[in-house]
Amino acid sequence: MAGGDAVRLYAAVAAGGFRRYATYGTATAAGVFTNTVFGFIVAYTYIALWDERPHLGGYDQAQALTFVWISQSLLAAGALIGGGFQEEMQERIRTGDIAVDLYRPADLQLWWLAADLGRAAFQLLARGVPPTIAGALWFDLALPADPLRWVLFLVSVWLGLVVGFALRYLVGLCAFWLLDGSGVNMMSLLVSMFCSGVLLPLNVFPGAFGEVVRMLPWSSMLQVPIDVLLGEGSGAGGAGAALAFQAAWAVLLLAAGRVLQAAATRKVVVQGG
Amino acid sequence: MWVRSTLAYRASFALALVGSALTSALDFVGIYIMFTHIDALGGFSLPEVALLYGTAGAALGLADLLLGNTDRVGARIRDGSLDTMLVRPVPVFAQVAADRFALRRLGRVLQGAAVTAWGAAHVDVAWTADKVLLLPLTVLAGTAIFAAVFLAGAAFQFVAGDAAEVQNSFTYGGATMLQYPPSVFGREMVRGVVFVVPLAFVNWLPALYLLGRPQPFGLPWWTAFLSPFVALLVLAPAAVAWRAGLRSYRSTGS
Repeated sequence: MAGGDAVRLYAAVAAGGFRRYATYGTATAAGVFTNTVFGFIVAYTYIALWDERPHLGGYDQAQALTFVWISQSLLAAGALIGGGFQEEMQERIRTGDIAVDLYRPADLQLWWLAADLGRAAFQLLARGVPPTIAGALWFDLALPADPLRWVLFLVSVWLGLVVGFALRYLVGLCAFWLLDGSGVNMMSLLVSMFCSGVLLPLNVFPGAFGEVVRMLPWSSMLQVPIDVLLGEGSGAGGAGAALAFQAAWAVLLLAAGRVLQAAATRKVVVQGG
Repeated sequence: MWVRSTLAYRASFALALVGSALTSALDFVGIYIMFTHIDALGGFSLPEVALLYGTAGAALGLADLLLGNTDRVGARIRDGSLDTMLVRPVPVFAQVAADRFALRRLGRVLQGAAVTAWGAAHVDVAWTADKVLLLPLTVLAGTAIFAAVFLAGAAFQFVAGDAAEVQNSFTYGGATMLQYPPSVFGREMVRGVVFVVPLAFVNWLPALYLLGRPQPFGLPWWTAFLSPFVALLVLAPAAVAWRAGLRSYRSTGS
């Protein structure tokens, strides 16, 4: 396949992922409502926490509140509290439909990556923008005025989405061996909620434990993009290091996905039917 | 039937049960990490917050166990399988409640009960007979209040099938709010859950009495004991809404 054709193919797959989720208008509105309600609840608990300990984890209160609203806005796009493609992929592995996918003249990993990024793009717009606006109207947020910072933030979000995809692709492939993926899905979700910053900002985690968690790939999915937006890690150099950190994990995990995929397709007999 | 089918895979069930408990325990880990930096949140100590967290979690867990699958009503309306339920000689409500009954949700209940017990043992409270009785009463009444929310949510899906997620704001969102002391939230938010959607009766008002603190908005102390009545008060309109929704139901015809 020529390069141009490949780009067109995966762009079409991504557009399909976008449109597929754009179909459900009411469900999207319901999700925005829920994200906004949770944003208010968490915001008040953070206000109480930062009242008690100003500058906890190096954030002032406005930065902590920005963390709350940006994380509510990224939950759906990053599939951080569930959702995403891996359950569908596991179902295709269980039923044997994956055999059809493997015959397609497209790469399995890139196909799913394109579809998942298409979904994420829709959810970033539809479920990300409204809660942030609601939060900014009600609370005093530390949103930067510098457009460059927003560009860096979007690059960081995109890298975080790729890292999140690569992790869930590994989890999805487990179904080749386990058939039923619900156990690993649950464990993967728990780890991701804890280590990405969904539960609490990772800079609030105490001591050496916090140091370790911040070095793990999950931090790329939420903590790092928000820190890039907030300008933590001082200046463009700090942002550059953050993006390099995310890119390194993305490359490493995507490569691991290819190795595991090769092992899976070589060793495992596809379930027939 | 759903219970037997899940118990058929024992290991998988055990894993799901542990997973359910761990998922809800994660919130408490978050609270615990907060308390590594502070001694009190909104004036409440860790055992006091544990009492709030545990009672809210146990009540939501029980309601979720009984009625949590009502969020499938919308999907059943869309694919027409609700029609099958209508012709069976069992009330539709019972069938909807038992649809994919997930015993693993017991995990959240057990975890909530454990945290409640830990909190109750460590708070500085003289456990008189009325306070000991109030605790289980609170969890049961709280279950009924959350059940009313699930029921109202199920009825709402007759109007907007795809909007099932809205009820999460009131169930999971409500329970998250109730994990923290009322003093943390804005006055208007507290007013909303006392007088509009009376989630405050799930655990806030009883817990404030247990901990010897004044009720919000100058309410008298005995409002702490009103939860069972409030539960009946909200269950009634929720049941009416469900019946109205069911009666107005027109099959998709497919």
